[in-house]
Amino acid sequence: MIVFFYLFALISLILALGVLVFKNPIHSALSLVGTFFCLAAIYVMLNAEFVAVIQVLVYAGAIMVLFLFVLMLLSTKDNDQYALKLNVSRGLAVAITGVLMIQVLTAFMDPTLRFGEPGAYPVERIQEIGSIALIGQLLFTEFVLPFEVISILLLVAVIGAVIIAKRRVP
Amino acid sequence: MSQIWLVPAFPLLGFLLNGFFGKFFGKRFVTIIAPAAVGFAFLQSLVLFFEMRAADGHRLVETLYTWMATGSFQVDVAFQVDQLSGLYLLIITGVGFLIHVYSIGYMGAEAGYYRYFAFLNLFIFFMLVLVLGDSFLLMFVGWEGVGLCSYLLIGYYFEKHSAAEACKKAFLFNRVGDFGVLSAVMLIFVTFGTLNFNIVNAEAATQLESGGILVTVITLFLFLGATGKSAQIPLYVWLPDAMEGPTPVSALIHAATMVTAGLYMVARLSHLFVLAPFTMNMIAVIGAATALLAASIALTQTDIKRVLAYSTVSQLGYMFLALGVGAFTAGIFHVMTHAFFKALLFLGSGSVIHAMHHEQDMLRMGALRKKLPVTYLTMLMGTLAIAGIPFFSGFFSKDEILWKAFSSPLGGGGFWLIAFVTAGMTSFYMFRLIYLTFHGESRVDSHTAEHLHESPAVMTVPLVILAVLSVFGGFFGVPHVLNFLPNGMELYFKGFFAQVPETTPGSAAAEIGLMVASVLLAVIAWSLAHRYYSTSLDAVTALRNRLQTTYRLSLNKWYVDELYNAVIVQPGKLFSTFVLWKLIDQNIIDRLVLLPGNVARGVGSGLRLAQNGVLQSYALIFSLGAMLILGFVLL
Amino acid sequence: MIPISHVLVLSALLFSIGVLGVMLRRNVIVVFMSIELMLNAVNLSFVGFARTMDDMTGVIFIFFIIVVAAAEAVVGLSIILSIYRTRKTLNIDEFNLLKW
Repeated sequence: MIVFFYLFALISLILALGVLVFKNPIHSALSLVGTFFCLAAIYVMLNAEFVAVIQVLVYAGAIMVLFLFVLMLLSTKDNDQYALKLNVSRGLAVAITGVLMIQVLTAFMDPTLRFGEPGAYPVERIQEIGSIALIGQLLFTEFVLPFEVISILLLVAVIGAVIIAKRRVP
Repeated sequence: MSQIWLVPAFPLLGFLLNGFFGKFFGKRFVTIIAPAAVGFAFLQSLVLFFEMRAADGHRLVETLYTWMATGSFQVDVAFQVDQLSGLYLLIITGVGFLIHVYSIGYMGAEAGYYRYFAFLNLFIFFMLVLVLGDSFLLMFVGWEGVGLCSYLLIGYYFEKHSAAEACKKAFLFNRVGDFGVLSAVMLIFVTFGTLNFNIVNAEAATQLESGGILVTVITLFLFLGATGKSAQIPLYVWLPDAMEGPTPVSALIHAATMVTAGLYMVARLSHLFVLAPFTMNMIAVIGAATALLAASIALTQTDIKRVLAYSTVSQLGYMFLALGVGAFTAGIFHVMTHAFFKALLFLGSGSVIHAMHHEQDMLRMGALRKKLPVTYLTMLMGTLAIAGIPFFSGFFSKDEILWKAFSSPLGGGGFWLIAFVTAGMTSFYMFRLIYLTFHGESRVDSHTAEHLHESPAVMTVPLVILAVLSVFGGFFGVPHVLNFLPNGMELYFKGFFAQVPETTPGSAAAEIGLMVASVLLAVIAWSLAHRYYSTSLDAVTALRNRLQTTYRLSLNKWYVDELYNAVIVQPGKLFSTFVLWKLIDQNIIDRLVLLPGNVARGVGSGLRLAQNGVLQSYALIFSLGAMLILGFVLL
Repeated sequence: MIPISHVLVLSALLFSIGVLGVMLRRNVIVVFMSIELMLNAVNLSFVGFARTMDDMTGVIFIFFIIVVAAAEAVVGLSIILSIYRTRKTLNIDEFNLLKW
């Protein structure tokens, strides 16, 4: 089990680096899709099946398709000007990111890290109720207000996207 | 049952109605509301007057509410009616009512009819607050309020440059006086811990050392205020210019009521003033000097209203002289008679001006008595009264003052002599006015002459009423020496004013002698006026040529305006321009104000270079910040 | 049982790669994809924490994050689309209208 975790972790890291280094944005996008799949697999191992499913459906499916769609729509020949070049400020960016990463890692690896009291849903309980049923219950009871609010956000986003992307008729 | 508040409430209501709705409801509405408001106030004043006479200690007090209370300082809005304010109430509302009625005729053709009556009502309101208030603060409210109304009404013809200038002048001169009043009020609060008149009067003798510095300073400040409001040297110059306002305004505000506010204040605080002999002396000297100076100017003025204006200043000087020698009763008595006959004279002159289509120069009048018989007769009564012809009202009050100026321990022969000479001048210039206006040959231009007509009844009836009062008003205060009637004024004010330590009362023979002398002088002055002005003006032209220098001085008002201009106004302007404006304002204040702005602008123009529009550099700085914060948290 | 710290390390590494992508890449769409990558890294740590703490809140949170990410992608891509129409480029260095 744990071996699979490391395997997927490694693949996802490689693919993520691919997003960073591929010259062609379509390759980047495809490698990002791969990363998402690996993450979905890790979610399953972490007993979050529902998240894994929507990760595949929404992220890898809908969102990435949208990205690819736009990329193809706007395909430009001048890939040169997007080449990954290093200069002073980019070097600085790398340095800062490195420091940032070390900081986060030290924080996460800290053996004294405490997580507080265990919650009400240990793995056994989730498996007993079923992950999806549990999330459904929670969404429509405890989190019903954010759930409704987020639906309005989606509506606004849809309308906004249409308005922004609409070709203006003079 | 007293309901003192009703008295000022009526004019205030009138002001609100006329001021806000008069324009829309039209002339008829204004014509009814404005005089009615003052009429009701007069009726209520009458009721209060008799109630006050019947009350214990002749005083009614009514506290409406607490105006402000901070720590030990508390001021109530409280009205009181006592002997002094009761008399003032009747004068203000009574004369005020007559003048309101008169104004209906006089102002009938004016465009700002509603505005005029609104201001007039407002003035009555503030004047009533002034005399009814039982504390300095409330009096000061009225004091400022009447100043405001005076300003508004002098500037009634605001499109006329001279009127606009005159109202500014009046306001500014009054500010100088107000400074005095305020300083005095603060000193009184510090000294007494209260601003209530009755307490201050009652405790003055125990709290303050007689003749001490403090009481002298307080009373001098108060008197400075009084010189501003009551047009005394050195602040009198605004009053003649105030004649730019409509004539009924001159009659009401600048002759009968507001200008006596200074006298009211001094009389109200008589117990305080008698503790400061120096101030009393000062008041007497200023009063006498003003009386003489103004009378000497009035001798040569040709504008009918200006003569009356200087006459007012002169008569106010008389009253201050009376207060200064400690004859408070005589002073207030003269306030009353003066209110009658000076209001009458102003209204009469208004009637003449009305008939002459706003011609005010007496050299273009003459022989009007046939055309304006009522005006002529009533003005003649007023003139006889002011000139001190026996048994007219002015005779009694003026002789009382003359006698007190002579006999009082605070007075003396010098004061009497000045007042005596002034009385002669008064008689002369007033009969000169009568002769120039109503007698002699007509110098009216032919066009105006055709339209000459007596004023309507709405104007003449108030004239007649005032004439009756001018003739008989004096019998309220017959001097003891004549003794055919009790001296009503003295009985009325018994125990109200502070008593000046009495020396031996002057002999009756001396009093009779002085009285005869002043009557003789008045008659001589009358006959002189008759000789020079009753027929042709040739004799007076010759006289004028002989006394050219003196004539010029008088005609140009002793160049006092020019003197003030050179000594105060011009240096003030220079100081303001070069020191206050160019140096302090432009170089110091402006720079201080601009400094923060310039700093912000400089910093901004440096910082905006960071806004280079490259998104990734923003992201870089953002993550740098995140790194720093994270580092801070982890360490 | 997968140790929580390993999950978090993976999350931190993915996040850092996303940050680098945002700051180094010049194709605006790739930048946008890097942002999605960062979001996923955060999601991963949420799941890790939820599992360790026996709590469902983290999972619910991811649900909301994914919805917001969808909305953001839609709006962001339409902005890119309309900028491309006027500028004819996807180079982020030329998207510098908002400068002094």
